[in-house]
Amino acid sequence: MIEYDILIVGGGLTGLRAAIGLCDRFNVGLISKVYPTRSHSIAAQGGINASLTNNPDSRDDSWEKHTFDTVKGSDYLADQDAAEIMCREAAPIVYEMEHWGCPFSRFPDGTIAQRPFGGAGYPRTCYSADITGHVLLNTLYERAVAKGVKIHPEWFVTALCIEDGRCHGVVVLDIRTGELIPVGAGTTFFGTGGYGRVFQHSTNALINNGSGIGMAYAAGAPLKDMEFVQFHPTCLIGTNILMTEGCRGEGGYLLNNQGERFMQRYAPTAMDLAPRDIVSRCIQTEFNEGRGFEHPLGKYIQLDLRHLGEKKIQERLPGIRKISIDFINIDPVREPIPIMPAQHYSMGGIDVDKGCASEVRGFYAGGECSCVSVHGANRLGGNSLLETIVFGKLAAQAIGEDPEVGTRRPDEKALLKVKKDVEAKLRRLASPGRERPALLQAELGVTMSEKVGIFRTREELEQALQKLIEIKERYRDVGVSSPARHMNYELVGAVELEYMMEVAHTIILGAIIREESRGSHFRLDFSARNDKDWLKHTIARMGPDGRPAISYKEVVITRYEPKERKY
Amino acid sequence: MIKASTYTFKILRYDAKEPETKPRFATYRISVIPGLTVLAMLLRIRDEIDGTLSFRCSCRSAVCGSCGMVINGKIDLACRTQVAAFDTDTIILEPLPNLDVIRDLVVDMTPFWEMYEKVRPYLIRHSPVPEKEIPQSEEERRRIDQFVNCMLCACCYGACPVLAREPGYLGPAAAAKLERFVLDSRDERPAAALDILNNEKGVWGCDTVFRCIDACPKDVRPTDAIVGLRKAMVKHRFQQKLGKANDET
Repeated sequence: MIEYDILIVGGGLTGLRAAIGLCDRFNVGLISKVYPTRSHSIAAQGGINASLTNNPDSRDDSWEKHTFDTVKGSDYLADQDAAEIMCREAAPIVYEMEHWGCPFSRFPDGTIAQRPFGGAGYPRTCYSADITGHVLLNTLYERAVAKGVKIHPEWFVTALCIEDGRCHGVVVLDIRTGELIPVGAGTTFFGTGGYGRVFQHSTNALINNGSGIGMAYAAGAPLKDMEFVQFHPTCLIGTNILMTEGCRGEGGYLLNNQGERFMQRYAPTAMDLAPRDIVSRCIQTEFNEGRGFEHPLGKYIQLDLRHLGEKKIQERLPGIRKISIDFINIDPVREPIPIMPAQHYSMGGIDVDKGCASEVRGFYAGGECSCVSVHGANRLGGNSLLETIVFGKLAAQAIGEDPEVGTRRPDEKALLKVKKDVEAKLRRLASPGRERPALLQAELGVTMSEKVGIFRTREELEQALQKLIEIKERYRDVGVSSPARHMNYELVGAVELEYMMEVAHTIILGAIIREESRGSHFRLDFSARNDKDWLKHTIARMGPDGRPAISYKEVVITRYEPKERKY
Repeated sequence: MIKASTYTFKILRYDAKEPETKPRFATYRISVIPGLTVLAMLLRIRDEIDGTLSFRCSCRSAVCGSCGMVINGKIDLACRTQVAAFDTDTIILEPLPNLDVIRDLVVDMTPFWEMYEKVRPYLIRHSPVPEKEIPQSEEERRRIDQFVNCMLCACCYGACPVLAREPGYLGPAAAAKLERFVLDSRDERPAAALDILNNEKGVWGCDTVFRCIDACPKDVRPTDAIVGLRKAMVKHRFQQKLGKANDET
């Protein structure tokens, strides 16, 4: 058994920031199933929110106003004390990243540039052209290299070990050698990212399948608010590659097949910069009422940037231009970009507190795989990068203050028992089966995108649940092509699929039970928000029958009484 | 309807764990609709035809740098290369050169990352940290722009003719990363910090034949970095000779 004081799983922004905060004082190991710079944080484009007041139009911005926008954007489901902490930490975090070398774009006065973003009262989104995630992730990776953080790239975590309410570490499959390695730790931290690939249409990287969330749940950690799934309004048709909200922040707008700027009908004030849940519903409504464009790859709406001119597009949105040319052969300088909504972000996740602690002793989680909750029912653009780094830092502080850290030892016996189970699972997956894991995963994705999407009904959700139960049944027959353990990505995918099914189960069940519409969760059969019955967090834990058992938690309200959301 | 056409994929297969089986091309025939990428096809081959095929991928949108390989003789990311981009219905895929193959299209990136770490790829400062941001003009920010774009995909490393004959050579990506910091108005590394690369294994090893520039999917020009570093070293040497060396600038 390899042993660390603190084991960090995930090499994205959250995991790296947590490791940097702890590596000076403790024996820290970081595990990532890819090289850390391949993590999905790299794909974030538009920016990171902080009320720096650098923009001439944001001189009277403040962290309190940022908090209010975040809470309102969340449709009042965010815990307001947590949102306050995140927004207050925003400016220090952005300055810290800058001091560590992050190459933000600049204003003429030499300060960090800020642009408008959806649902925000002021232009407070700090950016580096349209590669903000890329520069942040590289900066933190550089910092981790400078500090000599011990990193195990291409180690895939197969299972989390929790026994008697305590976490003892994980069992790893070394992708390169095929070896199964128990890694014990007194404290385990997950920064394993979101579950986008549970859906067919998603902006997420292929590695984002939520297996970290699913394995925490399967090991006994509860999940929170899983029914809240963000659909981003502007994703390239076909590949669903993200076209940043920054396109609209810089002045781009949406057009239907009548050439109409339809957002003015739905959100007369915020227009194209209304929050994502609203813009996605508007686009879907335009499709449903026949005002979308038709294309063999599906219906679409135009994202028009042409009026910005080549100079501004090249300077502020060069990545968007390159992606459009490379992937759909359209130069946005000359033609509008064909876009559609697609799954983008997981608001729900592992239930943790403001210090990223779960209810399991020694088990912490932060970033997209967790739910503090700072995003509630709908996350604002520019708040995800912020959450990853802020809570990576706060988790490191909280873990550092845990009186048992460094002395708490993992139980090797418990870990070896989990290793034995994983061993049996891998053997079973390597024996001949009728079902190919990738094809079963594709069926799951289609079900989720078609039945658990932007507009939901009880009938369709029930159909999704039936289909999921069928897929779970068929999973017993899954077999991979080769028993070889090394470099066997099909085998890794088959292990992850089991966790993906659990994630999907909690999403569907949460959506069936929540009979209201709030933020990203919109029920056509219960189309209003219902604070009396539903201003509460959904908690899902795996019941003794293997199905999610649902309970609830209070929402923390400090200074913003829930009101109707208007933009 | 969009018409599909059938393509033949020839993929170089090898498993370093079974060295007695020599590298060989495996052939897959698959029907493709226009607009699909080489990566999309690789995924279909693995998902539907041959689950044993090994290749790396993550973002599928040309930002993470996982899937560099040789595609019909040209080094590029599989995810941003359209199948229809070639005047042929045969696509030949080989792993990145200059790195050992682990299995199929997956290469051992260890030497690449060792060179990356060697150049101290992070901002070095001695001045006290200001309360807010360190000021930087738009012009100063623009100076590092192309090098900031590097996503460490190693396409340049695979294309470099010097690495083909000198395995200990620095390589283009590490040079570009170093220049990204040397040119950064906030970085305060002493000029002497470049000394470890002031040799044939460092910046003087480059043939300046620009293969790295051709291979870069993000339009980074590593040769510019190497030429820039050479100039900085020569300048530093002259200043030393004139007794004006100031290692803190």
